[in-house]
Amino acid sequence: MMILQVQDVTKRFGGLQALTDVTFDLPAGQILGLIGPNGAGKTTLFNVINGVYAPNKGQIIFRGDDITGMPSYEVARRGMARAHQVVRPLHDLTVRENVMVGACFGREGHSLASAVQKADAALAQVGLSGRADQPSGLLNVAQKKRLELARALAARPYLLLLDEVLAGLNPTEITEMVDTILKIRDEGITILMIEHVMQAVMSISDRIIVLDYGQLIATGKPEEVAANPQVIEAYLGDPEMTARLMAE
Amino acid sequence: MKFWRQPGFWLPLALVFLWGGIVLVLKQDTIRETTFTVMMFMALASSLNILLGYTGYVSFGHIVFFGLGGYTGFFLISEMGWPLYPAALAGGALSGVIALLVGLAVLRLRGAYFALATIGINEAARAFVSNFGPFGGATGLFVNFSAYEKYGGAGQALWTTFTFLWITTLVVLLVSYLVKHSRFGLGLQAIREDEDAAMVMGVQAPRAKTITYVISAFFPGIIGTLYFFKNGNVEPGDAFQLHMSIEMLVMVMLGGMGTVLGPMVGATAYQGLRGYLLTSPIFKDLHLAVAGLILLLIILFVPAGAVGWVRGRLPALRRVLE
Ligand SMILES: Nc1ncnc2c1ncn2[C@@H]1O[C@H](COP(=O)(O)OP(=O)(O)OP(=O)(O)O)[C@@H](O)[C@H]1O
Ligand SMILES: [Mg+2]
Repeated sequence: MMILQVQDVTKRFGGLQALTDVTFDLPAGQILGLIGPNGAGKTTLFNVINGVYAPNKGQIIFRGDDITGMPSYEVARRGMARAHQVVRPLHDLTVRENVMVGACFGREGHSLASAVQKADAALAQVGLSGRADQPSGLLNVAQKKRLELARALAARPYLLLLDEVLAGLNPTEITEMVDTILKIRDEGITILMIEHVMQAVMSISDRIIVLDYGQLIATGKPEEVAANPQVIEAYLGDPEMTARLMAE
Repeated sequence: MKFWRQPGFWLPLALVFLWGGIVLVLKQDTIRETTFTVMMFMALASSLNILLGYTGYVSFGHIVFFGLGGYTGFFLISEMGWPLYPAALAGGALSGVIALLVGLAVLRLRGAYFALATIGINEAARAFVSNFGPFGGATGLFVNFSAYEKYGGAGQALWTTFTFLWITTLVVLLVSYLVKHSRFGLGLQAIREDEDAAMVMGVQAPRAKTITYVISAFFPGIIGTLYFFKNGNVEPGDAFQLHMSIEMLVMVMLGGMGTVLGPMVGATAYQGLRGYLLTSPIFKDLHLAVAGLILLLIILFVPAGAVGWVRGRLPALRRVLE
């Protein structure tokens, strides 16, 4: 079963064509990696999928329903959660309260009392239990990324959108985060993840799609994508990336 | 945790309950008048705080709801012969309905645009009422003294009005606490911190903001009716004073936005200061300038306000100082 179908999605910002006719499907239970150079339109694609922006053209089908143009809170209630690239903790609230927002307003719509338990479970899952009572503003980068993830998990989504959750983490933290992501997948949550850390995304994705200048230029198994000449060329502007990609 | 077991729930209510109770026992006119003013601003600042403190939306022209609701309630009393209580509730209801209609349009605006729009609404309401025949146009309305007879004469009517204000203040504080500690309130605080992120987590921001705007407009409508009934007349110049709006903001910021106790503390402190400034010959005409200066200093140096500052310094007191 396809949990998400993106069909002919086009998004323009004034004169800038950020996405052009993007089409792909995501089968339930998989991890789909979304890669591409900086400014390729990856975050914009997430914004269109979860209703932050309406596309200029095309459709988003989520679990069989057309959700194109629905507000982001409606999409969230239907079971799609997201961890942002730029972490956005609610600073004045404690870590636990932040996660409770996800539990209260996500798919299951918990009451405050049951949200406390869901929040603590999500915090345990990402390894942040010890910080539950701290103001979220005091967390370091790695912890804030985990908080983003916990908030999304507490919503008990069917589909999880992860936007560069590994960026800015050191190698140990990356290993821990990758483990966490695999465990989430094993619970049956489908994952669509944007990632620049090639080795990690190549190793955990079932399939990869590649975006370049707003267009989908490749899709396939990680090893197929890594060997695709068009993909290598897209990364040529970025020699370090190319080297890392070739090293796979 | 059950809220009625929390000291932070009881503290604001107990303070206002005791204060009002003592005034009612003492039965002195001057004490009643001073307390009326302080409590009125407590209730107004707390109403504003439900919007400002919990959602972060700065309603600069919030006094419009005091004015419109007050006019409506006063009209029902003086022209239609309604008793005070239903008239005041009707004034509140009217303010709520106006907030609902206006909110659908202006709550899409964020930050300074929203603040500016609320000033525009206040000025538009003033212009409208000044030309609205049934409300007496620019001269306003006067209450017929027979209206006070129902309450045992003008003197007794003032005590009745005070009692109603006292109860209203308690209700505002109760609502403020319950909103803050509810699931709905958690959504509001998420909106305050980052509205887009809140929506991505499923918070129905447009609906939540509109409901909050209506709540925060309802109480000023009641309070306006009580205030003008006590004064015996209402006119556009008194009903839509932008400087009262600014003073409400100063009180909320001074005491601590987003806390239940803050607007109470802010209103009391500001009124105390104001009383002092008005009697001092040098500052008599400068009290608004002083208000502006206080606002500036708070925003620059103690943005959390007095209660917020103490909560930040002494985390042990958090459950007491809500
Ligand atoms: N709200 C917006 N208004 C105007 N232009 C935008 C907006 N959001 C994104 N863009 C532009 O769209 C293009 C794609 O941006 P996007 O953030 O989707 O890239 P990305 O692939 O996520 O890049 P990165 O890897 O750096 O995160 C960029 O040129 C960006 O400047
Ligand atoms: Mg991005």
